[in-house]
Amino acid sequence: MHLTLLALDWALILEKLILIAIIVSLSLLVAMYETYAERKIAAFIQDRRGPNRAGPFGILQPVADGLKLFMKEEIIPLSSSRFLFILGPGLAMLTAMMTSAVVPWSSHLELWNGRTVDLQIADVNIGILYIFGVVSMGVYGVMIGGWASNNKFSLLAAIRGASQIISYELAMGLSLIALLMLTGSLSLKTIVEQQQDSWYYVVYQPLGFIIFLVCAFAECNRTPFDLSEAESELNFGYHQEYSSMKLGFYLFAEYVNMFISSAVMATLFFGGYDIPFVNDAAFGQQHGQNWLAILQGLSLFIKVAFFIFLFIWVRWTIPRFRYDQLMRLGWKGLIPLALLNMIITGFIVLLKQNHWHF
Amino acid sequence: MQSLTNRAKTVERKPMTVWERMYLPAIAKGMSITLGHIFKKKPTINYPEKTRPFSPVFRGLHVLNRDEEGRERCTACGLCAVACPAEAITMEAAERLPGEEKLYREEKYAVKYEINMLRCIFCGLCEEACPKDAIYLSETFTPANYNRQSFIYGKKDLLIPDPRLQPEEYAKAKGLRVKE
Repeated sequence: MHLTLLALDWALILEKLILIAIIVSLSLLVAMYETYAERKIAAFIQDRRGPNRAGPFGILQPVADGLKLFMKEEIIPLSSSRFLFILGPGLAMLTAMMTSAVVPWSSHLELWNGRTVDLQIADVNIGILYIFGVVSMGVYGVMIGGWASNNKFSLLAAIRGASQIISYELAMGLSLIALLMLTGSLSLKTIVEQQQDSWYYVVYQPLGFIIFLVCAFAECNRTPFDLSEAESELNFGYHQEYSSMKLGFYLFAEYVNMFISSAVMATLFFGGYDIPFVNDAAFGQQHGQNWLAILQGLSLFIKVAFFIFLFIWVRWTIPRFRYDQLMRLGWKGLIPLALLNMIITGFIVLLKQNHWHF
Repeated sequence: MQSLTNRAKTVERKPMTVWERMYLPAIAKGMSITLGHIFKKKPTINYPEKTRPFSPVFRGLHVLNRDEEGRERCTACGLCAVACPAEAITMEAAERLPGEEKLYREEKYAVKYEINMLRCIFCGLCEEACPKDAIYLSETFTPANYNRQSFIYGKKDLLIPDPRLQPEEYAKAKGLRVKE
């Protein structure tokens, strides 16, 4: 008889820890290179070249930027609330990372000893609700940053930012309800598996997708909704008083948010890790499950990369909204539209259940 | 109210059409323009790998000239120092000894000739003032440096290479200079 330590499945815990480490470092790496992609694509749109001095084609530019941010002097204003000042960026980064826990990155790997490793950190059956809860917590990062700076302009910017986030959360939730009428499940893995056989949900819910896209822009504080962090409008907004790595955390948290929003959008509306035009099950039988998992992860990344390109493309095309236009769009434009979408979807779902007659 | 000229344009204040109120078609049109710009040719020149050509009269770094036999032309007369509006040039004269006829053209030559590049304004008045065609402004930029001392260029930094000993460098340093 052999002793087991605490009767826990240590292999599972180890597997999940490794997966968490990989996904967190991957998010950080992708966010780092997103800054590079943003500068390069912005330059190409503006008829210039972008960074091409640090390393070949400027690949090492984000490393140089990170190093610069670390080396700067850390200024904490004397009249600020010290604990809250340091907590703000930490919260922003925490909520940005936590959402990556329920996104299915690929199907599953089969190890040599017969063990299957699910490439999703936690397949909770309330996946979308969890994402919403964590995104709502992201408001705290903004508010605490603005309040702790002890600066009227930062506070004003933080209030505007927080009100913008909560208004667009509503429209996002409403557009997702219509999607949930079709899927019947909140778990992200189930949603991806349902999209593997039929058309992607963007075909069934085009209006829902557009509303979700606009709300994702607003959630990430991204142009045209970046009023709270604009240099000219509100003196750089709620991260005015921050320097060095705390500012780095705020800016980084925005990029990680962008990455995760793109991943969620790709999962909900564009089939997630499903490889388009290819029958995944047949491919898995032919070439082995591991190769399938790798290609599926790659296909998710390509979709995410397209969405990130879309974020950057829109940022450098459109001027930003004024605050009252922003609020009007959120409350008087998107919420009625999302409700209309919900009603139409409900109508069609009931009709279908009733075999297409009244 | 009557307008003074007939150049005033009346601004159209029509309410937005349904198509315009949706914002999305206009946004899509803007985005197609931006996408077009990504694929256009960029007018940026990758300095320092490629450079733009300068005109022959460009006023860059100073060069102390020699004649065809390789003798220094400068006689330390001081006209360039007097003409310089920023007082950037200083020099010390010396007499040519009997064995040095191959090195210097006249009996007086400049043993120390210094130009302070931080004071120089690259106006070209020294080139216009010189009676011996000994100093002219060439086509190179002044390179950057870390301390003030290295910006005081001495004679060895300014003198053109000897045409007999180093003909290619001489030809390169002469550049596209118009005057002979």
